[in-house]
Amino acid sequence: MTSKLGTMLYLNGVSVSFDGFKALNHLSIIVHPQEMLAIIGPNGAGKTTMMDIITGKTRPDDGEVFFDGRTDLTRLDEAQIANLGIGRKFQKPTVFESHTVWDNLELALKKPRGVFSALTYSAANDDVARIEQILETIRLAGRRGDLAAGLSHGQKQWLEIGMLLAQDPKLLLVDEPVAGMTDSETVETAKLLKEIATTRSVVVVEHDMSFVRELGARVTCLAEGTVLAEGSLDQVSQNPQVIERYLGR
Amino acid sequence: MITQLLLRALDRKAVWIIAALLAVAVAVPAANLLIPAGQPGHVPTYLVTLFGKYLTYAMLALALDLVWGYCGILSLGHSAFFALGGYAMGMYLMRQIGDRGVYANPVLPDFMVFLNYKELPWFWHGFDMFWFAALMVVLVPGLLAFGFGWFAFRSRVTGVYLSIITQAMTFALLLAFFRNDLGLGGNNGLTDFKDILGFNVQAAGTRAALFAASAMALALSVLVASAIVNSKLGKVMVAVRDAESRARFLGYRVENVKLFAFVVSAVIAGIAGALYVPQVGIINPGEFAPENSIEAVIWVAVGGRGTILGPIIGAILVNAGKSFFTGALPEYWLFALGGLFVVVTLFLPKGIVGLVGQIRAGTTRRNSTALDRQSAQAESGVDVKPSPEPAE
Repeated sequence: MTSKLGTMLYLNGVSVSFDGFKALNHLSIIVHPQEMLAIIGPNGAGKTTMMDIITGKTRPDDGEVFFDGRTDLTRLDEAQIANLGIGRKFQKPTVFESHTVWDNLELALKKPRGVFSALTYSAANDDVARIEQILETIRLAGRRGDLAAGLSHGQKQWLEIGMLLAQDPKLLLVDEPVAGMTDSETVETAKLLKEIATTRSVVVVEHDMSFVRELGARVTCLAEGTVLAEGSLDQVSQNPQVIERYLGR
Repeated sequence: MITQLLLRALDRKAVWIIAALLAVAVAVPAANLLIPAGQPGHVPTYLVTLFGKYLTYAMLALALDLVWGYCGILSLGHSAFFALGGYAMGMYLMRQIGDRGVYANPVLPDFMVFLNYKELPWFWHGFDMFWFAALMVVLVPGLLAFGFGWFAFRSRVTGVYLSIITQAMTFALLLAFFRNDLGLGGNNGLTDFKDILGFNVQAAGTRAALFAASAMALALSVLVASAIVNSKLGKVMVAVRDAESRARFLGYRVENVKLFAFVVSAVIAGIAGALYVPQVGIINPGEFAPENSIEAVIWVAVGGRGTILGPIIGAILVNAGKSFFTGALPEYWLFALGGLFVVVTLFLPKGIVGLVGQIRAGTTRRNSTALDRQSAQAESGVDVKPSPEPAE
């Protein structure tokens, strides 16, 4: 495996098992700065487990996980990892339902996360401008005062992406961002993610092959907790093993 | 920074509640002391004390609401903090008795003489001074909550497991305080108080002053709670309640947020207990009983959790109901309480305050849709069907 210097995310030989079931088996993945990586693979391939390990929810049994070439993520917890600059979007859209769209973004905004700084926080002009800007980007400007609970599924997905943007992370982990979206929303989401990837690293886990094609990114196919194939979407989708195990004939 | 925090705390609702409490703090003692007995408008002293007791319960309910309603921590042991505050105050009141006890020992309270204590246990020192007792009223519940919360929240004990260990905490304290050799009066607790700050605790004037102090302490608690829930921290608390792991992945230290809320809540509960004891005249281990904590949860649920006004209304109404029932129909009180809990759970998920909000929202919506329909009809001359409304 190449050196971890100069990488944004570096996984080397990561293994984890739950009650004897090997969810990840010597998984090695590299993501470079300002690069987008799409991860595909059948259910149970270990895609979500991989995200859990990167974000500190699960500890690997074995292997190295480094962020930005130097920070060992296996020693940190979720909050520390989030504050390093790793944002995560869940598979099921998870927003704060009893808060307004605006408050959701304000909570996500990159600010000191301590108890007392939150207690004495009041929104500066910059913060308001930034939230306005994100609201425009995710097309929820008209619903800023509405409770997040009242948003449609697709809008919640976008709000969660907006929260990721507000966090201003260096690396975004995006789990199935277009589930439940219409075709035109899917196209818009691909555009948005591509734009984000010009300044940050993005890892997208997705089942929707047309969306992955839209992204035009490097593709890694996982199966049974390990890398099955890597390369462009065309290369990967012509790989006989990938066809056998995932795409089907 | 602090002024900003206070200004934000004083939103319209909080201002009304605080103003009402301050008005009550003046009006009830005035009606008791200035209007002679027998004349219309006079409030008898026993009622002043009874209402004063309700106000301390309301403080306990508000404290519980801060952790349960806003932060999602269902504590079933909050009466432990209330009782500890009460014991700290009780120890001060015991030391004020001096040589007027049955055994006329100038230093040792009666129960210690009775149990053959030769000298005052170390932890009773300092309680002859009011400022020290007042400090302990805040410190002891606060430190217990800090220690308990530190371990529980760091180990990510949540939901029903947390509720169970809070229940275990108050039960353990109940058993400990029942022991005579703890040096806190055992089964009988602390009672036979004479003076508080040099005034006779039985005197009408002192009782009125204690009532006023309770109302003002509740007003202050409303101010503090409102400042917290209206700040960004309050939003983080609700975020933790609704989606804990999301808050964690946004970089918030969930355990610290919970710990802060839990400690503030315990301190408010402790102060409530300290105001409760001189008004009822006794503190005994029964105050640690798990049932008391569960009753406090019912007050909050009945009034409406996640609101500032709800727990206050719930505590006062349920306890007024309890006073009435246990006087008029003593056998039926527990049935009434159980029935109330079932009714609230089934029909009033947001409590009384939520019901009022629903009714108000319902009427305005009905009015506005009716108006929309009329104007639409007037414009197009066609009968417009009401559009389906989103479920809440």
